[in-house]
Amino acid sequence: MIQSSGPRPTGRRIRAGLRDTLLSYAFLAPALVLLAVFTFYPLGYGAYLGFTKYTGAQFAQGLGPQFIGLENFKALIADPLFWTGLKNSLKYLLIVPILQFASLAVAVLVNRNLPGMAFFRGAYYVPVVTSISLAAVMWEWVYNKEGTLNWILGALHLLPQGGAFGWLNNEHTALYAILLVTFWRGFGYYMVLYIAGLQSIPEELEEAAVLDGANRWQRFWGITVPMMRPTILLCTLLSTIAAIRALEEVLVLTNGGPLNSTYTALMYVYSKAFQGFNFDYGLASAAGLVVAAVALALSLLNFRFFRSDVEES
Amino acid sequence: MIQASPLPQSRAQMTAARRARVRKTVGLALRYALLLLILVFAVFPFVWTLAIAVTDKTVTGGASIYDFPASLIPKKVTLNNFVQVYQTFSLGKYVWNSVVITGLTVVGTLLISALAAYPLARFQFPGKQIIFSLIVLTLVLPNETNFIVNTLTLNKLKLLGTHLGVVIPTIAGAFGIFLMRQAFLAVPKALLEAARLDGASEWTILTRIMLPLTKPSMAALGIFTLVTTWNAYFWPSLVLTAAPDLAPLSVAVLKLKGQFNYDPFNIAAGSLIMMLPVLLVFLFAQRYFMRGLEGAVK
Repeated sequence: MIQSSGPRPTGRRIRAGLRDTLLSYAFLAPALVLLAVFTFYPLGYGAYLGFTKYTGAQFAQGLGPQFIGLENFKALIADPLFWTGLKNSLKYLLIVPILQFASLAVAVLVNRNLPGMAFFRGAYYVPVVTSISLAAVMWEWVYNKEGTLNWILGALHLLPQGGAFGWLNNEHTALYAILLVTFWRGFGYYMVLYIAGLQSIPEELEEAAVLDGANRWQRFWGITVPMMRPTILLCTLLSTIAAIRALEEVLVLTNGGPLNSTYTALMYVYSKAFQGFNFDYGLASAAGLVVAAVALALSLLNFRFFRSDVEES
Repeated sequence: MIQASPLPQSRAQMTAARRARVRKTVGLALRYALLLLILVFAVFPFVWTLAIAVTDKTVTGGASIYDFPASLIPKKVTLNNFVQVYQTFSLGKYVWNSVVITGLTVVGTLLISALAAYPLARFQFPGKQIIFSLIVLTLVLPNETNFIVNTLTLNKLKLLGTHLGVVIPTIAGAFGIFLMRQAFLAVPKALLEAARLDGASEWTILTRIMLPLTKPSMAALGIFTLVTTWNAYFWPSLVLTAAPDLAPLSVAVLKLKGQFNYDPFNIAAGSLIMMLPVLLVFLFAQRYFMRGLEGAVK
C-alpha cells in the first residue's frame, strides 16, 4: 500500500490520495454492505445460533435466541437421524474419485486435435447448464420402473425376469442413483477445468516422451498426471466440498427417502430449520457447524494427501 | 488386400507399415466410438424429453412414454403440448418470474462487481489488502448455515417472499469481483493516465474506457450469472415458499409434476421451455462460458 519510491508527498499528493481513498470506498460500498449483511453476518450469527435455543415460535413472537451452551450438540449426538445424515454424506464422497478420474480421462480424449472435438466438448457440457429441476424430471423417467435404465438392462439381458424396479424407490439403490445424476451434471464441468490444465502442459514434454518410446499409458501417468497435479487437487477439493454439501439433488429427487437412505447431513440442517411444525434454528445451525467442520477437515485432508504425494516423487 | 505402393519394399517393412496403419485406424475408431457413447449418456435425457414434448398424445393409441424405442420417434409431431402447458399451468407467469429474477440478478451482479473491482484494480488506499482478503475469504468460509440466517434477515427486512429477496443476497460475490478485477488490471495504465490528464472523472473513465474495453469479461460474467440464476432451485424456492405465484420456472416445474394429472407430455414441454433460453445462450456464447470458467480458476 505504501508507494515504495517516488517524491515525498506534497500537499497536492496527499489530497489526491484522500480523494482516491474516498472514491475507492464509495465504489466498494455497495458490495461491502451486501457482503457484510448476507455473508459475514450470517456466518457469525449462524455460528452463535448453534449454541442457542431458537425456534420458529420464538422468532414469530419477536423473542431472541437463548444461550444454552452445548445442548444442541448433545441433542445431535443423541439423534440417530443426524448420524444417518452424516453417514450418507460420507457415502456421497464415493463420487469424488470416480468423477475426477472420468472427467480427466474425457478431457484427455477430447483435447486431441481431431475433427468434431469442439462439438463433443460442447455437448458434454450441456448437462452442467441444466437446472436440477429439469434433471430431476428427466432422470425420474430414466429410473422409473418402466424407465430407460430397466429397458437398457433388459435389452442387455442383465436384468432377471421381473427384476425391474424403481431405482429411486429402493433404499439400496436410491443413493447411487442420485450419485449418477451428480456425475452426469458434474463431469463436463471438471472436464473443462482439466482441458485448461492440459493446455498448459508444454508440448515438447509430450514429444520428447514419444521419442523416448513411452506409450500412451506411460505418458498419461508419467507426464499428464504429474503436470496436472495442481488442477487435480483443485478439482478434487471442489468436488469433495460439493459432495459433503449435497442437498439440491437429494431434495428434488427423493427428499431424503426412501427410509432416509438418501438423507444427507445438509438435508438435516435444512429440514430442522424449515420443514415440519416447529422450526428449530438453533439445532439446525449446530448441525450446520458440524457439516462445515467436516467439510473443512476433508479439505485439509485433501491438501495433505496431495502434498505428501508431491514429496514422495 | 493389394499393396498400392509403387516403390519396392521388403515384405517385412510392408507388413509393419500396414499393421501400424491398421492399428491407428482401429484406435481412432475406438476413440470415436467411446466419444459417441459418452455423447449418448450426456444428451440422451434431452433427446427423449424433446421426443416426448413434440409427440401428439392423441395418436399414440394409449401407448406410454416408456414404450422403447417407439417413444423416441413420435408417430405424429405437434406443438400442442407447448400450447397446453402454457395455458393450463399458466406457464407465462412463471416464465415472467424467471425473467424478472434473472434480469435483476444479472444487472445487479455486473454493476456491483464492476464498481467494487475498479478501485481494487486501480487505486492504492488504506484497507485495500484487508478488503481484498475478506473477499477471498468468502470463497473458503463454511457457509452451511447462511441460508438460515439470511431468510431470517429477509423476513425482518420484509423482503421474504419477494423477487428482491431472492436477488439481493446473491449479487455481491467474490467470483464477479475477481473476474472484473482481472479484466481491469489488463487495461493499459497509459490509457487511464491520458484520460486523467484530459480531465476525465473516475466515473467517466470507468464507464467510457474500462467497461467498453472489458466487454468480453462483462459478457462472460453476465452469461454465467444468467445461467446459474435461471437454473437456481434451492434459494428461490426457500425465499418464495409462502409466495408460490412468484416462483421462477425452475421451482414451478417441479410443482407442475404434482399438480393436476401427471401428464408427462406437458411436463416435457414445460421443461424444454425452461431449458431453451439457457441452451441458446450456451450455444452462442460457449467461448465466453469456458473462458469465464478458466478465468475463475486462474
